[in-house]
Amino acid sequence: MRILLVEDDPVLADGIRAGLALAGLTVDAVTNCADAQAALAGARFDALVLDLMLPDGSGLDVLAALRARRDATPVLLLTALDETTDRVRGLDGGADDYLGKPFDLDELAARLRALARRGGGRASPLLTHGGLTLDPATLSVSLAGHAVPVSRREFAVLAMLMERPGVIRSRGELEERLYGWQEEIESNTVEVYVHNLRAKLGRDAIETVRGLGYRLRGAA
Amino acid sequence: MSSLRRRLFLILMAATGLIWLCAVAWISIGSRSELEHVLDTRLQEAARMVHSLVMAGEHAPGGAAPALADTLPSTPLGYERQLSCQIWSFDGRLLARSSGAPDAALADESEGFSDHEVDGETWRVYTIVDPEKDVRVVVGDRIGLRDRLVRDLVAGLAAPALLAMPLLGLLIWWSLGRGLQPLNRAAKEIAAREGEDMRPVPPDGTPSEIQPLIGALNGLFAKVEAARAHERDVTAFAAHELRTPLAGLKTQAQVALATPDAATRENALRQIIVSVDRTARLVRQLLALARLDAGAAGAARETSIGALLREIVAAVPRPPGIRVTVDPALDAIVRPLDSDTLALVLRNLHENAVQHMVAGSIRWSVEDGARLVIEDEGPGIPGDELDLVRQRFYRGRTMAGPGSGLGLAIAETAAARLGARLDLANRADRTGLRAVVDLRHR
Repeated sequence: MRILLVEDDPVLADGIRAGLALAGLTVDAVTNCADAQAALAGARFDALVLDLMLPDGSGLDVLAALRARRDATPVLLLTALDETTDRVRGLDGGADDYLGKPFDLDELAARLRALARRGGGRASPLLTHGGLTLDPATLSVSLAGHAVPVSRREFAVLAMLMERPGVIRSRGELEERLYGWQEEIESNTVEVYVHNLRAKLGRDAIETVRGLGYRLRGAA
Repeated sequence: MSSLRRRLFLILMAATGLIWLCAVAWISIGSRSELEHVLDTRLQEAARMVHSLVMAGEHAPGGAAPALADTLPSTPLGYERQLSCQIWSFDGRLLARSSGAPDAALADESEGFSDHEVDGETWRVYTIVDPEKDVRVVVGDRIGLRDRLVRDLVAGLAAPALLAMPLLGLLIWWSLGRGLQPLNRAAKEIAAREGEDMRPVPPDGTPSEIQPLIGALNGLFAKVEAARAHERDVTAFAAHELRTPLAGLKTQAQVALATPDAATRENALRQIIVSVDRTARLVRQLLALARLDAGAAGAARETSIGALLREIVAAVPRPPGIRVTVDPALDAIVRPLDSDTLALVLRNLHENAVQHMVAGSIRWSVEDGARLVIEDEGPGIPGDELDLVRQRFYRGRTMAGPGSGLGLAIAETAAARLGARLDLANRADRTGLRAVVDLRHR
């Protein structure tokens, strides 16, 4: 899952990025409203984590602009304000959830997974396709009931392919999901992860569509 | 306590009393002159009457003196023997006199009205001189009696007035109470309010005289309400500014615990230290602001500004690329000031300069012996934000730096507490901020 974080405090932003990475989420972080608008216009995110008090305005303005564009990206508000009115305003303004500072990293990750799940129209927290089951909460994969150990990045590639089985995902999309903007992309890494996944799940699990990308082999 | 009712009562009573006094004076003067006229006319009539009796009687002078008294009119009500009559021959013998009339001559030879003193009493007399009959008829009354008459008249007027005075006082007191009732109603309404209730008092129904007061009160309510709203805003900001680093600390701590990677853990721990330092500074600044707001000013003592600045420069850590120069002329400036408050101004200006620079020089100097100037080589402040940066928690639109947004607000508040003025401007010679603390406004 790829998350856009809008938070102006550098320590908190760094902590959220590192913490969500541990939970298998990729985080792109920006520090103000203007950068957030630019990021939202240029890419698709599975969820948006939005601080309310930003140096150049309120997170609520970003939210309003997003919803005005009919962009349904799930939004979680981070708020330091006790006032219920602010939460009500946020939720009524189109936010899907909120967390008060300080919060628990695991809770943030869980809420983001829930938001992404609802955003994707799924009822179950687990991703299933054929005999394959993914649990985003524990980053675990099982094939026909047997656990298959995968790395965090292998899980991310597999999860992206399983979110919409049969849809072709380009190498660029996969790389973006893996690294976000801030990290240096190593060449051929997507190929390496796909190779490893094939070794663990069977040669036919992932199909290469020449010149376009990858997709999961047809449903069983 | 000055009571409006008592004040009005005294004014009204004094005014009423004065008017009554004037009326009494006027009546007594007026009736006195009227009385003089009437009594003079009576004297004249009486003298003519006696003269005509003398003419008609042809009596021998000296025989009719006792009978004469009965012919004279007598005045009732204790004013008996008001008139006295004497008949003199031309050679100076007293031919006749009324009973009670003095033996001494009441008048000299001149005819008509005159005043004479006889036996210590002043008489008003009318004299008729008849050369044919060889007599002078003199009729007189005592001025003292006339005075008594006027006194009795005035007393008759004044007595009921004096009796009515307490009654009038009561009436005025009661009317004032009735008249001031709207004031009491408004006062009761305000007194019955809850402390939180800052709604304006509705001006309708209050008399126009106290509307300015109600207006002023409503203005005060609005000001208090605005101050409280500002306080709420600052509290909300403070909550945000404290909870955000707390969230950062917790998140980084959780990352440090959860990560299997040593480099990530080390980074998280470093971030925790950075955040603790920054939060400690924020808390220090919030406390400084709270102290300034509470108005607890320290005692003024002779403070060397140069020495104070050197202490501050030494205490504030700065990157090695930043040079600081303190003009030696500052050492010569010694002022009686609350040095803790001045230190807040100077330290926050200095920290602000250090924070916004990577490398370059910061220069402290003095102009006109009373304007402390700090110039940095940072990015300066966008023109449209120059007025905003003094607001609490305002951090600038483009800054994502470590600032709390409180430094310049503290400097401003502390300068105001000293009676000094803080001016901020971008440098004209190059990029950078120039801040001036003008002590002349003290």
